[in-house]
Amino acid sequence: MPKRFLSLWFCHLTTDRLAIRYPELRGKPFVLAGNERGRAVVQASSREAYARGIRPGKAVADARAIFPDIQVYADKPGWSKRLLYRLAGWCLQYTPLPAADPPSGLMLDISGCPHLWGGESAYLEALVSALENKGYHVRAAIADTIGAAWALARYGEQACIAGKGMQREALLPLPPAALRLEARTLEGLEKLGFRQIEQFIDLPAATLRRRFGEELLFRLGQALGEEEEAFQPVQPRVPYEEQLPCLEPIRTARGIEIALRKLLEGLCQRLVREGKGLRKAVFKGLRIDGKTVEISIGTGRASHNPEHLFRLFALKIPLLEPALGIELFYLEGLMVEKVQLPQEQLWHRSGDPAAVAELVDRIGTRLGSGRMHRFLPQERHWPEHSVRPARSLDEMPDTDWPDSVRPLHLLSVPEPISVMVPLPDYPPLHFKHQGKLVRVARADGPERIEQEWWLQTGPPRDYYSVEDPEGGRYWLFRLGLYGKGEPQWFLHGYFS
Amino acid sequence: MKLNSDKIERLRQLKQEIMEMEGYLPQKGQQTDSRLQLGPLHEAFPGRVFPLGANHEFISHSPSEAASTQGFLAVILGMLMQNGGFCLWLGTRPQVFPPALKHFGLAPDRVLFVNVPRERDLLWTLEQALSCEALVAVVGEIRELGFSESQRLQLAVERSRVTGFLHRHQPRSLHALACATRWKLTPLPSPVPAGMPGMGWPAWKVSLLKVRNGKPGHWQLQWDGEGFQELFHQQPQEIVQNRKNYA
Repeated sequence: MPKRFLSLWFCHLTTDRLAIRYPELRGKPFVLAGNERGRAVVQASSREAYARGIRPGKAVADARAIFPDIQVYADKPGWSKRLLYRLAGWCLQYTPLPAADPPSGLMLDISGCPHLWGGESAYLEALVSALENKGYHVRAAIADTIGAAWALARYGEQACIAGKGMQREALLPLPPAALRLEARTLEGLEKLGFRQIEQFIDLPAATLRRRFGEELLFRLGQALGEEEEAFQPVQPRVPYEEQLPCLEPIRTARGIEIALRKLLEGLCQRLVREGKGLRKAVFKGLRIDGKTVEISIGTGRASHNPEHLFRLFALKIPLLEPALGIELFYLEGLMVEKVQLPQEQLWHRSGDPAAVAELVDRIGTRLGSGRMHRFLPQERHWPEHSVRPARSLDEMPDTDWPDSVRPLHLLSVPEPISVMVPLPDYPPLHFKHQGKLVRVARADGPERIEQEWWLQTGPPRDYYSVEDPEGGRYWLFRLGLYGKGEPQWFLHGYFS
Repeated sequence: MKLNSDKIERLRQLKQEIMEMEGYLPQKGQQTDSRLQLGPLHEAFPGRVFPLGANHEFISHSPSEAASTQGFLAVILGMLMQNGGFCLWLGTRPQVFPPALKHFGLAPDRVLFVNVPRERDLLWTLEQALSCEALVAVVGEIRELGFSESQRLQLAVERSRVTGFLHRHQPRSLHALACATRWKLTPLPSPVPAGMPGMGWPAWKVSLLKVRNGKPGHWQLQWDGEGFQELFHQQPQEIVQNRKNYA
């Protein structure tokens, strides 16, 4: 399918943005300056300053000499790039494939979009006037190739549209700089008197290559559509996505809820058809001041139940800040998985698995993930490592639960105790824990648990189960052996 | 004086009706009896039926008592979950070491543990869990609970018929709550055959302090891996005396 590209050139990107933010700057000459080699250099100049001959790259002192009242603001490095990406995001309402084209342009793949606006010229008009209403000075052009659109936006007439297959004709009157060449190549062309592309476009390829190198031919090929050019849209396309543009900006929670319900219904219908469900989703609102606000949810089990997903989002809707209003809503499924059919052997007869999964999600959304655990056995030696959290509600244990007796309440950190031991390898007669003396009436043990030699080395633990005269049952261990250094004793848990 | 048999029969019927109004459904009870084998404890409950679909309060003061309570709860949960399903165990910090549950007849991988760091989230989570009909039971390790909050939890279980167990460890005050029962468990020295070393299966003194429409009482029970055995013959003092030599 033939492609069509639209190139947007923001002639005064950063200064326009500053004037939008601070309306009192509108129509005034001002520059953004940054330090270069120890002196202040103009990085960007407003339209009015530019008209007075103050171009980027000039020293601020020179600019002041030309126009003493000029206002100078500090430039933030990387700001223009961030701005471009944000504008590319805004362009998503015109095309699904916008790309940032640093330092000061956007490139939109508009194949198949303009007819929705009633043709290419109307589309271009709508886009440019929307940006101009925001306060940006832009030039735009449409062509078959990225190179040609770039050239026409910067060096062609305003709102230039090169028809299908007409990029060659459109390029002919433009200067060589329109081909995105390096400065050295441009200098060479200038020296030979090539001021327009038509003067050299028909020269034999071998001659051009010998004189100007591969780059000129490559760029020419890109502009004419003979060479492929990589195009990196600003957001990778999210396959599970719904959007909802609004006639009027939405500012109320009720309005947001309605929008969310609509989007969820659309997305869930598609998911049901494909037998899939959401594991992670993000709900975004594009505000009229150009910012994006978003809330995201995660589920413990793939779900395509709009009511359940809505309840998860509903817990977070108060976090969305509509400010002056939201004009475009998106719903994206960031992680989509196959919906699992209920596992009868695990869930048979009692309870609906989806209902438990939904409860887990609700709790996870409110408390944050990582608060809810289901444990499965793990083949490790030390008791504190013998369980691992399950990844999902359906995961079955891959080994049997061990048969050895374990305390019901295991201290997360063993607490040191002082003991009285009659003989090595005997359980203690009594021990002192947190200042309280506990006499031992009965005991079992020792159960020796070795270090996991493939992970670490050290003394083993000898565990004793002991009972005091009142019936309190404790799990003690001795780290190390008598006769090899001084062993330490710890309390590790309470039996039931 | 002798009441005639018609009157006795009429009184029995009226009592039955009141109990049905209060939620002790006989058909529900028959299901329960097959799953819950609580031995002598059944005598305490109205109609010999452990009240399901209600909240039960458990009090503990020391870590040993807390562990005993958790063990007793694990036994009841294990009985309730014979037919599969999931239960939820919530608390402000991790309390139970899952592999230990196997000894009380409860499959550890069928318990969902929830850590709720803040008390006010705990009540919200508890209510959400108790209203989820798909769960078999919910254990909430909650320290402080007001009467009106317990009423809210009671409303949740009445709708969903989930059984709630509220384990209150070291509560500041023991006031009335909208719960069907109040229990307290204390560990007892584990009985072993005379002259044998080591420790036996866990034994507890089970005190049923309050039970709605039933008879409170105290029992000394031992869990032997399959069911509860009542300890009659040995008094704790005797057991202690038998245990001078452990090694």
